[in-house]
Amino acid sequence: MPTIKINAEKCKGCELCIKACPKQCISFSSQFNKAGYHWAVLEKEEACIGCGFCYLVCPDVCIEVYK
Amino acid sequence: MKILMKGNIALCEGAVAAGIDAYFGYPITPQNEVPAYFSKKMVELNKVFVQAESEIAAANMVLGAAATGKRTMTSTSSPGMSLKQEAISYMAALQLPALIVNVQRGGPGLGNISGSQADYFQAVKGGGHGDYRLIVLAPNSAQEMYEFAYDSFDLAEKYRIPVLILTDGMIGQMMEPVELNKTPKKDFIEKDWALTACKGREPRSIKSLLMRDGVLEKHNINLQEKYKLISQNEVQYETYNTDNAEIIVIAYGISSRIAKSAVKLARQEGIKAGLLRPKTLWPFPSEIIKSLAKDGTKLLVAELSHGQMVEDVRLAVNGKVPVEFIGKAGGGVLSEQDLLNKIKNLK
Amino acid sequence: MQKILSKPESLKDSVMSYCPGCGHGIIHRLVAECIDELNLREKTIAVAPVGCAVFAYDYFNFDVTEAPHGRPPAVATGIKRTNPDKFVFTYQGDGDIAAIGMAETIHAANRGENITTIFVNNANYGMTGGQMAPTTLIGQKTETSPFGRDPKRDGYPIHLCELLSSLEGTAYLERVSIYNPQNIIKAKKAIKKAFQCQIDGKGFSLVEIISNCPVDWGMTPLESIKWTEETFLKEFSLGVIKDKTNV
Repeated sequence: MPTIKINAEKCKGCELCIKACPKQCISFSSQFNKAGYHWAVLEKEEACIGCGFCYLVCPDVCIEVYK
Repeated sequence: MKILMKGNIALCEGAVAAGIDAYFGYPITPQNEVPAYFSKKMVELNKVFVQAESEIAAANMVLGAAATGKRTMTSTSSPGMSLKQEAISYMAALQLPALIVNVQRGGPGLGNISGSQADYFQAVKGGGHGDYRLIVLAPNSAQEMYEFAYDSFDLAEKYRIPVLILTDGMIGQMMEPVELNKTPKKDFIEKDWALTACKGREPRSIKSLLMRDGVLEKHNINLQEKYKLISQNEVQYETYNTDNAEIIVIAYGISSRIAKSAVKLARQEGIKAGLLRPKTLWPFPSEIIKSLAKDGTKLLVAELSHGQMVEDVRLAVNGKVPVEFIGKAGGGVLSEQDLLNKIKNLK
Repeated sequence: MQKILSKPESLKDSVMSYCPGCGHGIIHRLVAECIDELNLREKTIAVAPVGCAVFAYDYFNFDVTEAPHGRPPAVATGIKRTNPDKFVFTYQGDGDIAAIGMAETIHAANRGENITTIFVNNANYGMTGGQMAPTTLIGQKTETSPFGRDPKRDGYPIHLCELLSSLEGTAYLERVSIYNPQNIIKAKKAIKKAFQCQIDGKGFSLVEIISNCPVDWGMTPLESIKWTEETFLKEFSLGVIKDKTNV
């Protein structure tokens, strides 16, 4: 099953991946990371198709895509 | 065998013998022989010559080539030197070795194209922004243009510092016999700081933006320690008849030649005159000047300016003996007679 | 299950100092991916600008030097001429490349220096807090054009690719953007083509990337990519401006 891993500490919560995801499976965490951001999390794991759009738009290079 | 050539050409010959890889320049009188020479020579040697779009660009091309560890230089004259200060400050901060040549002309502003020594402050006090020094060499003959250019690259690399040859339009333009007696340098040792691309090693960066707490302060302390070391090791000067002298003329470059003639004339008239000629303007030969400043001695500084090096001489003697000054700016050289009269007046 | 997308080798594993949503991070990654894919990492010497990307040497995993503001094309000239076997690129912003460094840019391009320039156009001076840049749009409010850029006082936005296209020395000029995944893929292709142009010794190549600056534009990251698409690109149309790579 395709999936992504998001590095919570490098994420700055810019929301670009949330917007780019064609399956709307990424959302904000309710907690803050050390830098004070709500980081992005893969909320709907089963919906991820591994398209890599989130990786493409991520300015902080904190997403890895597995397929 | 001696060959008759201009000082500017002798300088080029010295740089070639030192193994220069790249020359970057821009036209300005009275140094135009230098880019013209390299535009031909570098093609013959299969090395790099670029006529840049500006003095600023030429100096920054030198910065780029120097960052990769290559032997590189640029040359200019006074107004162009003002423009090069940006890159020179960066090179001082980045600790990049390179040769910069200022064939001084009359200033301020566009001035004129005759020889001058009015860029002394700019040369020895930093010139650009920040707290830094250059090694400043002051040749007084075509032969020394050759020799100083030859030695400057080793000196620059030894301390990772830009070296400035501060000469003037007269030394640059006059023709003299020169003995091209230096062994051409080649096979240089690899520099462990140079950007050569990271094959088989960790990436390197060359930078001067040091924002973290205390890092810039430490960098400045390191630079000052380096400058102290240079001050201890690299002072060069020449003395002439100073042993029993009561009046010692201090002059560099073109002025030192006139001063030497005036000292000879003074001796013929029974005046105990001598000459001290700094060959390095930074580091400045303060110690020898201090030791020459004995009771009863008078110092006379001669410059083609209205008094710049004289301030460093006064600092060196610290009020112990009188320091007189003779100079002119923007109107050619002092005459032997001007100097002789001044010496006589001091007697 | 295999990892199919992750940080390229040519990027260090550092946290970049850019603001949330800033396009620089994406562009850094695209550059690094192209360097990796063309196997250039161990041959590269890059030149960082003065601007937000001043710390590029902390992010790229290859040799990088600093350059004074606007001088990267001259510094890169010095590097490439003395090291023709190395891969040399500059990374510059709009103020660096088209204001204080315009002379260096034009002349490096005109000499046909075999280098590549990555030009990040975000319509303002980001690092200093959002002042008017040579590419600021007419009417755009910045720190130094508080009533909007007025061409009578401030002149017009400079279209650098078009300006450079008349110079014989330029081989490849393309303008791309990164406001969505499709355009990011196109931007990467352009960067790769520009790099290949240098590898093939064709001369000066430049990719202008229309990017965003959410914080200095006073927008959220999502608002900034919307503004890029709907307003910024009205002034700067995308596409290949010049391609001599097949000549």
